[in-house]
Amino acid sequence: MPELGRAALVATLGLALYAVVAGALAAWTRRRRLAASAQNALIGAFATTLVASAVLVAALVRNDFSFVYVAEHTSRELPTGYTISAFWGGQEGSLLLWLLILTGYAAAAVLLNRRRTRDLIAWVVPVLGAVALFFAFLLVVVATPFAMQTAPADGAGLNPSLQNPYMMAHPPMLYLGYVGLTVPFAFAMGALLARRTDERWIVATRRWTLVAWTALGIGQLLGAHWAYEEVGWGGYYAWDPVENAALMPWLAATAFLHSVMIQEKRGMLRVWNVLLVVLAFSLSLFGTFLTRSGVLSSIHSFTESSIGPWFLGFICIVVLGSLALVFARLPLLRARTRLESLVSREATFLYNNLLLVALTLTILWGVAYPLLHEAVLGDTRIVGAGYYNFFLRVFGLPLLLLMGIGPLVAWRRASLRSLGASFALPAGLALLIGAVLLALGAGSSIPGLIAYTFSAFVLGSIALEFVRGTRARRALSGGSWPAAFSALVARNRRRYGGYVVHAAIVMLAIGIAGSSAYDTVSEGKLVRGQTLAVGDYRLTYRALDEREAANATEIRAVLDVERGGKALGTVAAGKNAYTAERQVSNEVGIRSDLVTGEDLFVIAEQVNADGSVYVRAFVKPLVNMIWLAGLIFVLGALITLWPDAREQRRLAVRYGDARARVGP
Amino acid sequence: MTLALILGALLAAGCVVLVALPYLREPAAERDALDDRGELEQRQLALAEVRDRALGALKELEFDHRTGKVSDEDYRALVGPLRREAADALRALEPRAGTSARVKAERQG
Repeated sequence: MPELGRAALVATLGLALYAVVAGALAAWTRRRRLAASAQNALIGAFATTLVASAVLVAALVRNDFSFVYVAEHTSRELPTGYTISAFWGGQEGSLLLWLLILTGYAAAAVLLNRRRTRDLIAWVVPVLGAVALFFAFLLVVVATPFAMQTAPADGAGLNPSLQNPYMMAHPPMLYLGYVGLTVPFAFAMGALLARRTDERWIVATRRWTLVAWTALGIGQLLGAHWAYEEVGWGGYYAWDPVENAALMPWLAATAFLHSVMIQEKRGMLRVWNVLLVVLAFSLSLFGTFLTRSGVLSSIHSFTESSIGPWFLGFICIVVLGSLALVFARLPLLRARTRLESLVSREATFLYNNLLLVALTLTILWGVAYPLLHEAVLGDTRIVGAGYYNFFLRVFGLPLLLLMGIGPLVAWRRASLRSLGASFALPAGLALLIGAVLLALGAGSSIPGLIAYTFSAFVLGSIALEFVRGTRARRALSGGSWPAAFSALVARNRRRYGGYVVHAAIVMLAIGIAGSSAYDTVSEGKLVRGQTLAVGDYRLTYRALDEREAANATEIRAVLDVERGGKALGTVAAGKNAYTAERQVSNEVGIRSDLVTGEDLFVIAEQVNADGSVYVRAFVKPLVNMIWLAGLIFVLGALITLWPDAREQRRLAVRYGDARARVGP
Repeated sequence: MTLALILGALLAAGCVVLVALPYLREPAAERDALDDRGELEQRQLALAEVRDRALGALKELEFDHRTGKVSDEDYRALVGPLRREAADALRALEPRAGTSARVKAERQG
């Protein structure tokens, strides 16, 4: 039923256009019913996009190759899970997913806020509608997923790299993050348009930003795990422009989540916060542009299309329009308080923000420079990992240190005596651990040693915060230690959930430092019975197995693994030859040691006709800390996101109060 | 094709009804103005934010002092201005005669 899909998308386009025009008119002329009608249009746009999405999913599941999109991205042999994931495996489908998530977020934001923040939501609706209008326009006019043809006997299949369980979750997660940043952007712009620059837009969007930021973070980790398992080059992050495209908005959103606390606690950084929201949203659009426009030639940009100029134009309108609005509202955004001391919690947040934004802009320049160079001078330039790794150390290591300093410093100002008392224990612990690691040979990588020492400092300061807080809570309310701990976290979920997230970032840093600064690699051609040594491991090539799977021929070199004279089983690495797609993929072998967090990572670079294989093997210390960090990250985010009844009551009193005090 | 057309028509009709719903529910509404916060109400809101900020900061300072993060010396230096800030905001938020009437007048334009 392509007609139904097309009609649904045209309806979405019409509803989004109505939400923009009627919403803006209602907000401008202050007409209540018209504003409600525009809000309903946004909710309706979600329903119609859902119908369009259902039509495409049904066509995918039915292998209806009369849909060009289905024929280009699936085949009869493709397992059902991957057939459904082909929804976001191509350009038109992923744009439809963008629109579906956007209208879903918009409908939820309207339903949850239409009573709480009436004067704001009136202006938020046309902003959300404008973003939806752009994507609906692309899907109706430029890149429709409902183009038809005479059905071929079979489809072209899905890119083999996308046939991985992580690809079923990684793109939707990333999109939940990218698109989720539209909500804080719309509320910020809505607040400026309505001239309501109090904290309500921040209160209304705090959780939306956290959800988007968490999804973007998890999406990137899933993508890193996919790259680690599937791409088969021995790493998890290659500073590919498309990977950077997801990292940049996440970094900008991280800066926003920190600086927004300064606005809430001190009433400062009001212009900065709006600018960060604009930056995060613009970078999320830029990220989509990079992946979808075909401007890059990487594995992610596997299709080229005509949407590039439209996207670029839209990004320019968003950036210039937002900046003009911020400039016009500058008098309303003046800070009401000043920074009292350069040694205070808010000052550490400010330093953190400067470093995060510097890192974001450095990465942006690394991504944009080759594009600009090619556009202006015609030849290509590559910005290599060396550039990014250098700036990651320059900005990332101080950021890591600040994560430990921040919790130990009080708001407003702190004396040297207070600092000395707070810093002594974690700093002493960090220096001790640094010295021990140096003695154990970790000095072979100075950045790695610094990262570990700083990580020890941060973990020490977080632990100290929990211990001191629990002790104080117990002294106040009595009861057991677990009850005091639970009450401590429950009474300030943002602070202590934030510390858990910090612990996750430290684990990530430890995993990255361990696996990149202290890894070992060995490679060589092996015939059966020959052995390759890598680190403490010895790999003996035993056999070459071949089997027919549903949609591919799988060839695996089986290697016996031994460490310190002890047999540890086998590891298998090889290649998959996909029938329908006529492509070959690398399938790596990984043996994880869950006690040490170390991986033995094997790539069969070449499988020769004579049965010999060319093997490259890595030992990656602590790499599993990266994936474990993902779980801790989710836990911290959940603690922070968990509804806080006390805070809800306080906000109800605040906003009800302001109204009650001036009468009904 | 026919089923798709029927479903498409139903979808379009549903959209029109949804968008028109506020007018269908209240075809002749007595008051069709958006529920605005007037300038006075905005000022009250800003004061409530200042009050909450000061009270929150006081609470946090007390707790940080109790945990040992804030020394006695820092506590003494910080607590006075914070208490004054909170007291000023609370005083400014006290209802005054005529405020309610002014807001009503503001809302009615």
